[in-house]
Amino acid sequence: MGRVTVRVPTPLRSLTEGRAEVAFDGATTVGAVVQGLARQYPPLARHLVTSDGHLRGSVTVYLNDEDIRYLGKEATPVADGDVVAIVPAIAGGSTSEPSAGHGRPADAIADGGPAFSRDELRRYSRHLLLPEVGIAGQKKLRRSKVLLVGAGGLGAPAALYLAAAGVGEIGLVDFDAVDLSNLQRQVLYTTPDVGRPKLEAAKARLEALNPGVSVRVHPERLTSDNAIEVLRPYDIVLDGTDNFPTRYLLNDAAVLLGKPDVYGSIYRFEGQVSVFDARHGPCYRCLYPEPPPADLVPSCAEAGVLGVLPGLVGVLQATEAVKLLLGQGTSLVGRLLLFDALELSFRELKLRKNPHCVLCSAEATQKGLIDYPAFCGVPPAGAESGDASVPSVEPEALAKELRSDDPPLLIDVREPEEWAIAHLPEAVLIPRRELPERVDEVTRARALVLYCTSGSRSAHAARLLLDLGFTQVRNLKGGIHAWADRVDPDLPQY
Amino acid sequence: MRSLRASETILEEVAAHARASYPDECCGFLIAGPDLRDPSAPRTLVASEPAENAFEGGRSTRFLLRPQELRAADRRAEAGGRAVVGFYHSHPDRPARPSRLDQENAWPGYSYLVIHVDAAQATELRAFELDPDSLEFRPVRLLAEIGDGSVGAATPGEKV
Repeated sequence: MGRVTVRVPTPLRSLTEGRAEVAFDGATTVGAVVQGLARQYPPLARHLVTSDGHLRGSVTVYLNDEDIRYLGKEATPVADGDVVAIVPAIAGGSTSEPSAGHGRPADAIADGGPAFSRDELRRYSRHLLLPEVGIAGQKKLRRSKVLLVGAGGLGAPAALYLAAAGVGEIGLVDFDAVDLSNLQRQVLYTTPDVGRPKLEAAKARLEALNPGVSVRVHPERLTSDNAIEVLRPYDIVLDGTDNFPTRYLLNDAAVLLGKPDVYGSIYRFEGQVSVFDARHGPCYRCLYPEPPPADLVPSCAEAGVLGVLPGLVGVLQATEAVKLLLGQGTSLVGRLLLFDALELSFRELKLRKNPHCVLCSAEATQKGLIDYPAFCGVPPAGAESGDASVPSVEPEALAKELRSDDPPLLIDVREPEEWAIAHLPEAVLIPRRELPERVDEVTRARALVLYCTSGSRSAHAARLLLDLGFTQVRNLKGGIHAWADRVDPDLPQY
Repeated sequence: MRSLRASETILEEVAAHARASYPDECCGFLIAGPDLRDPSAPRTLVASEPAENAFEGGRSTRFLLRPQELRAADRRAEAGGRAVVGFYHSHPDRPARPSRLDQENAWPGYSYLVIHVDAAQATELRAFELDPDSLEFRPVRLLAEIGDGSVGAATPGEKV
């Protein structure tokens, strides 16, 4: 107990009869000092305290340079010689209509922003009816930020529902353009969008769905150089990636920043969903310390995927994100949900934190981001795919050779379903996975050219043949896609 | 309500901050000599200082000035015999007049400068103060001082 001095900012001194400092004797807590100040200066009182005498959210109080919110709030004890400073919280914005009628200082900061407009109340009414959401929950969503990495099969449905739900800011990372083959599952895009940058189309669609949502676009590849800065402003990241290097990068950046990573992945008819939050449970590396060998992992483009499957998984991810933002329910932290669309069955696996995890355990050795393409054994982003040590042939050169007297034998290493869509004339089909058993069918008497969709699988197959002693083996650079682009535009692309 | 005077340089700095932050809202401090005892005396700005818009959400329609940043700015100003006397913020693609939210968070005694900015980088500045009785914003005259100190533009809503 003793004398406590309150410092008044210059502009507010018109409310304290010009006094820069006001002294109080005998107060024991910051709350008592503030109430004393309010009693002494009624014009100041309405800005400082609510009708029941509590500190308003629109004011910050410092005790000797410490924000009392991080001390004992209003109950913070004061001692002789302490200095209390009153600092207005300054906030605002153009979001609500210009004022009419009587204004009143609101606890805008404390309860999460301004009142909802009539239209907003109507828009979110089905949320507001839920006790688990209500006005307070809806405001939480409004001041939340979610980053979606990948605006494809998973990101598209997740983005639509997060925007509809009123998540204040949605960040999107993607660098692709909309392709006709995306429309079978990426429901953010429409046929006239084909050829447009995905993020341009996505931003327009999401803002049309909910103009109250701010869509921030990151039209770039997520890399070890930019990931931390891209992720930093967001509360939650949602994994809609289609490759292992980016998936590990996203996990690692989220762990390093202490953010939840809502994970989803799909393969043909199967999906997986979990929430990785190293502060409360395992991370992706606890589940998969090492990526699978690169040549064992077909992408959706290679393996195919049921169009509704990413819809389901992406919406499950959005559900988890909304629950985390609201702080409601039981999240999938520590649980891996497995879904099989053909059987229509859900299974759940318990996940435990790996006590030896290199990233998130007590004995972690990795303190920063690493070279993810190298870690996953795949060529760096943007580089040629496949094994660079395998001889290759350009589509135009191959076309010329095929017209010669001694054409090479073409071996298509894709799957029969892909062969059925399109293949090169005179080619023979030996799917890569069957190649080790069927190698006797391959002639050593002729030059061979192997091809697949884009040159990656066939490079691995060519490496296998070279290692078995075949000598005249080359890989069609860019695969059947490059052939269709540069030699035979009539060949269907898929 | 008192009028607010500022050099064209200061107003242009504020407008430039609004343009550079577009489509997000910008915010910052208005600094004057401590001329504040008389609420009706004109207030002359001597500087502006940009601040970070710390709002965690859609910054295109909202701003938040961290209390610790205000406190730091206050101290810097006081060390130079000045004071933070107001705040500016921009309204991208919205009119240069305070919103209900601005008003609900406003304090009497401070000057508020609202800047309209649009995609074409046009700006419009208007000044306001909170009426301590009605707790509503009142427009105040914004006087732009041209070079030699003579007063040029003399109405709120002056284009800069």
